[in-house]
Amino acid sequence: MEKYRIDPSKGMEFGLYTLGDHLPDPHTGKRIPAQQRLQEIIELAKLADQAGIDFFSVGESHQDFFATQAHAVVLSAIAQATENIKIASSSTIISTSDPVRVYENFATIDLISGGRAEIVAGRASRIGLFDLLGYNVRNYEELFEEKFDLLRQINEEEIVNWEGEFRAPLNNAKILPRPLNGSLPIWRAVGGSPGSAIKAGYSGVPMFLAHLGGPASSFKRSIDAYRQAAQSRGFDTDQLPVATAGFFYAAEDMQTALRDMYPHINEGMKRTNGQGFPKQAFAQGADPHSIINIGSPEQIIEKMLYQHEMFGHQRYIAQIDFGGMPFDKLRKNIEIIGTEILPAIKKHTAKK
Amino acid sequence: MKIVGLSGSKVGSKTRTAMDYTITKLQEKYPEIETELLDLADYDIQFSDGRNYLDYEGDTRYVTKTIMEADAVIIGTPIFQASIPATLKNIFDLLPVNAFQDKIVSMVVTAGSAKHFLIAEQQLKPILGYMKAQIVHTYVFIEESDFYRKEITNDDVHFRIERLVEDTVVLTETYTKIREAKEAEYDF
Repeated sequence: MEKYRIDPSKGMEFGLYTLGDHLPDPHTGKRIPAQQRLQEIIELAKLADQAGIDFFSVGESHQDFFATQAHAVVLSAIAQATENIKIASSSTIISTSDPVRVYENFATIDLISGGRAEIVAGRASRIGLFDLLGYNVRNYEELFEEKFDLLRQINEEEIVNWEGEFRAPLNNAKILPRPLNGSLPIWRAVGGSPGSAIKAGYSGVPMFLAHLGGPASSFKRSIDAYRQAAQSRGFDTDQLPVATAGFFYAAEDMQTALRDMYPHINEGMKRTNGQGFPKQAFAQGADPHSIINIGSPEQIIEKMLYQHEMFGHQRYIAQIDFGGMPFDKLRKNIEIIGTEILPAIKKHTAKK
Repeated sequence: MKIVGLSGSKVGSKTRTAMDYTITKLQEKYPEIETELLDLADYDIQFSDGRNYLDYEGDTRYVTKTIMEADAVIIGTPIFQASIPATLKNIFDLLPVNAFQDKIVSMVVTAGSAKHFLIAEQQLKPILGYMKAQIVHTYVFIEESDFYRKEITNDDVHFRIERLVEDTVVLTETYTKIREAKEAEYDF
């Protein structure tokens, strides 16, 4: 786990992620300006850092209702504004980017932040960016695999010789600057189906598994498939971290939490995905076996420990800010995480 | 409430004729309901390539978005080669898996022969069920002999269309009420 800067003796890591969505608050119908949203994301990272949260990441989406298209630039500002927290993308769409430029950006962020940068590379769930950035969506899968491999090669080798289909060849190319400690943790972003998890396993890279709703046990399948695939190629799964990421909201009790969060999720998903989140399915989020970490601090702790026992994962990443959640609610959540949830999780998951 | 009629073929006129009757009847009986008829013959729709429906442009986006925003959809389909037409299947392929969740879907089927009566039962309903539709189970099946040029000449078909329209509206109202009552119980 050392290669990925994870120390299991300190317990499971707790992180926050934002997709960088820029949506109206459903209660008021109003949307803050993009500038304010960006400032608030940076402020959120600062608060998370001060609360002792381990990780903060920002996503890349090139479509309406998002504000962090230039996510590496936002992360650079966060690097400067924070001290200890790890910072990453969630995710970088490597398929439509040049891996050389991505690596240069993130190695730079690593130097600015004093060795805190990581890359989570994904394939994009929406595909408007292929037209926007000049790529053919017919190559959706191959673009990702080839560029992801190149990104990892650049991470391993300072002088790169490479040839592929979607980018000019590299001949004894020096990719600079190098990260503070030689390499960056690079994760593969994985969505719902085990297919993508298996690919992550075959290449022996850490997996960042995103989830929306449903029972935690249904995500166990992807994690098992990932580890089996990794073992089948001779990788030691004790050295491969797994992160899970999804909706999170803490309040004084479950009902308040459901009430506070639901309109943001439902209205936000309508705008960004074209379909809301069914209320019945969200209500099941209250179940202790649900993957949605919502409820009172005690209920969330119970859920997270249940998930940890089942998954054996090294990092959980909470998404709190989706759908125009007002900043005072975010601040309150960070406070609850820092004072109640984080200490309990660390205490119960630290490996002796 | 918004009800969308979907005439699912680019070929021939019988399904469109039946859908015109259906939408006219709907507007007569329920003038307060917003209605729209989408005839796939009037649109240039691309084949599904797996993207989110919001990522399409032009007619493809318009038609899928209109269906997604409806409370109920009345599907009109001919039967070709003992199945639904490719144009209609393509609409299903363009939409998300749960596209018909919280929607009522009813069916008007036209066919050259009574031999095709069970096609809707065996091929269309399973698709609608998979996509989470609340289905109006009785559909209107109209044969070649019920038409004369662009008119429906069999009174029984008129009566059946009227009942289908009523059932579609009644079920939409009923399910909406049930859902609202259930959601109110959740209290969030």
